[in-house]
Amino acid sequence: MGGIAEYELVEGDDGGTVLVLSGPYLVSTIGAIDQDLRTLEGPIARIDLAGVNEIDTVGAWTATSLSATHEAEIAGASERAERLIEALKNVRAEEEIAAPRLPVWERVPQAMGEKMFDARKGVYGVVGFLGALLVAFASLMRHPSRFRWLALVRQLELVGVSALPIIGLMSFLIGIVIAQQGAVQLAQFGAETLTVNLVGRITLRELGVLMTAIMVAGRSGSAFAAQIGTMRLTEEVDAMQTIGISPMEALVVPRILAAILMMPLLGFYSAGVAIIGGAFVGQFMLGIPFWTFLSRIQDVVPIYDLWVGLIKAPVFGLIVALAGCYHGMNVKGNSEEVGLRTTMAVVTGIFAVIVIDAFFAVFFTEIGWG
Amino acid sequence: MAQDETGRELGRHERYRGEYPIIVEGLKTAFGPQVVHQDLDLKVRRGEILGVVGGSGTGKSVLMRAIIGLQRPTEGEVSVFGRSIAGSDPQREIGIRSRWGVLFQGGALFSTLTVGENVEVPLKQFYPDIEPELRHEIARYKVVLSGLPEEAVSKYPSELSGGMKKRAGLARALALDPELLFLDEPTAGLDPIGAAAFDRLTLELKETLGLTVFLITHDLDTLHEICDRVAVIADKKVIAVDTVPNLMELDHPWIQEYFNGPRGRAALTAQALDELRKHMDEPVAAHAVKALDKPPAGKA
Repeated sequence: MGGIAEYELVEGDDGGTVLVLSGPYLVSTIGAIDQDLRTLEGPIARIDLAGVNEIDTVGAWTATSLSATHEAEIAGASERAERLIEALKNVRAEEEIAAPRLPVWERVPQAMGEKMFDARKGVYGVVGFLGALLVAFASLMRHPSRFRWLALVRQLELVGVSALPIIGLMSFLIGIVIAQQGAVQLAQFGAETLTVNLVGRITLRELGVLMTAIMVAGRSGSAFAAQIGTMRLTEEVDAMQTIGISPMEALVVPRILAAILMMPLLGFYSAGVAIIGGAFVGQFMLGIPFWTFLSRIQDVVPIYDLWVGLIKAPVFGLIVALAGCYHGMNVKGNSEEVGLRTTMAVVTGIFAVIVIDAFFAVFFTEIGWG
Repeated sequence: MAQDETGRELGRHERYRGEYPIIVEGLKTAFGPQVVHQDLDLKVRRGEILGVVGGSGTGKSVLMRAIIGLQRPTEGEVSVFGRSIAGSDPQREIGIRSRWGVLFQGGALFSTLTVGENVEVPLKQFYPDIEPELRHEIARYKVVLSGLPEEAVSKYPSELSGGMKKRAGLARALALDPELLFLDEPTAGLDPIGAAAFDRLTLELKETLGLTVFLITHDLDTLHEICDRVAVIADKKVIAVDTVPNLMELDHPWIQEYFNGPRGRAALTAQALDELRKHMDEPVAAHAVKALDKPPAGKA
């Protein structure tokens, strides 16, 4: 059977031009001749389809639109071709396929305006969420029997215990990097021994807790958002409410408590492991014996550095867990939203932690814990 | 290239003229120790709408996935347009893949693309030589053929209702002018009006485009209204393929329960009423019009 679609312009019996189409007019063959057919010079009186041996809707569409542009009649169509042409007769096919899109100079201000407007809603939302959380805490204090111990223990395990290996590895490596890089710089002043001060103070005061908060935001904050968000989509949250269980009490409170309780422990653990990492560098690169490095820490790090870290940790935990739960509870519509909200939970969690950390830094210096 | 039953090569631009576009022989599919199908045989005739029914978990969707090559059978032979699907290289099946369209249960539209762009995806994939101008036109008329308003081409799937999503999915399934159409529960989740409209659309498209339709459904009305034959899957195989009235004669407990249960009978009654109305319509209507034209004298 003929492999390609062909066309030919011939003089008809009645003097008009006849466009003779032959061969298969299919989606697979039309690409080669479509542009030529579009640029045909008129006038064409008739389109002869007698030579077309195979036709599908694309072929029929080509014939229909040709006949419309040239006001030509269609002749010699097979039964199948006639049926297809009939079905396509009234289609205009003029609608734009891409979603409507404003020009850049309108789109950018519009997007910014929407962001500002939504930010207001976001503030209301967060404040409302905090309020609901406080109410849930208060009512749990009045009825302690309703508290879900099992859920809390489960979350403590997920947020804390199962994060130990990854946080340990991360902190160990950070300790090594700080000690090694610090030693290189301090060596210029002949003060390599101050590496102990550097590692001890920076990990206990800042990095231990901060890096842990970032890791918890990535591990647990995102998990909170995804879990609660999925439960919203599958209407589990609605089901809870109809049964009389407050989702705030059952889902949010255990997660937030778990993060608040676990963050100081994880932060302290992280700082400890980082110091051990630094001690390894001391042993192998600086000639400070391992145990001497550790005992020096006690002398050179003021105790308030430990308190600074431990005071910040639960606040960071609260922020990270709040971001996760808030975004999870605000999932609406489709599964795409879960991914979006999970990303937002991590981003806002980490961002807020760093902002708050800056305030803490100023505050603690002002009160003399510099 | 595919072959018809006589062993002749099926030309690239030639419609399949053999009698059975889908032949499944001795199919066994298993997920680990759990066997879904055992010795399953099925032949789908060209130009028919074959309904596939079976209880939940009997592997209707798995059968469809085996036929379109998404699920590798453990044993047996699946051939579509005379070409074996089982064990063949997905890249080489492309000649066959452009000859079928699939409507998945949820529509499976790509959520980041508009409806029109969704329809264009298979066109771009298989026929990159088609100019954008024609491709846009094809997308538009396919959307209209599927019973959506033309404005829907620029909408995103999330802006559509459930019924419209199914129609948009159908438009994408029809993008390449397939000869074979797979529909997985097309009327599930639609209201009765939407479901009936979708049934009519399926029938219309089958007649207009000369399709062979493989239709998985739970909808008894769909079975009665548009299916030429119905295949019943039970006990891990196809226990019967026949027209609905013939199936109802069969003495199998599941078939009896299915077609002669309360819902089955209701669908049957509805179907019978429909037929009756069709036959009565013309003379009755003609009568009524006459009566209105010439009211009996003296009573006006």
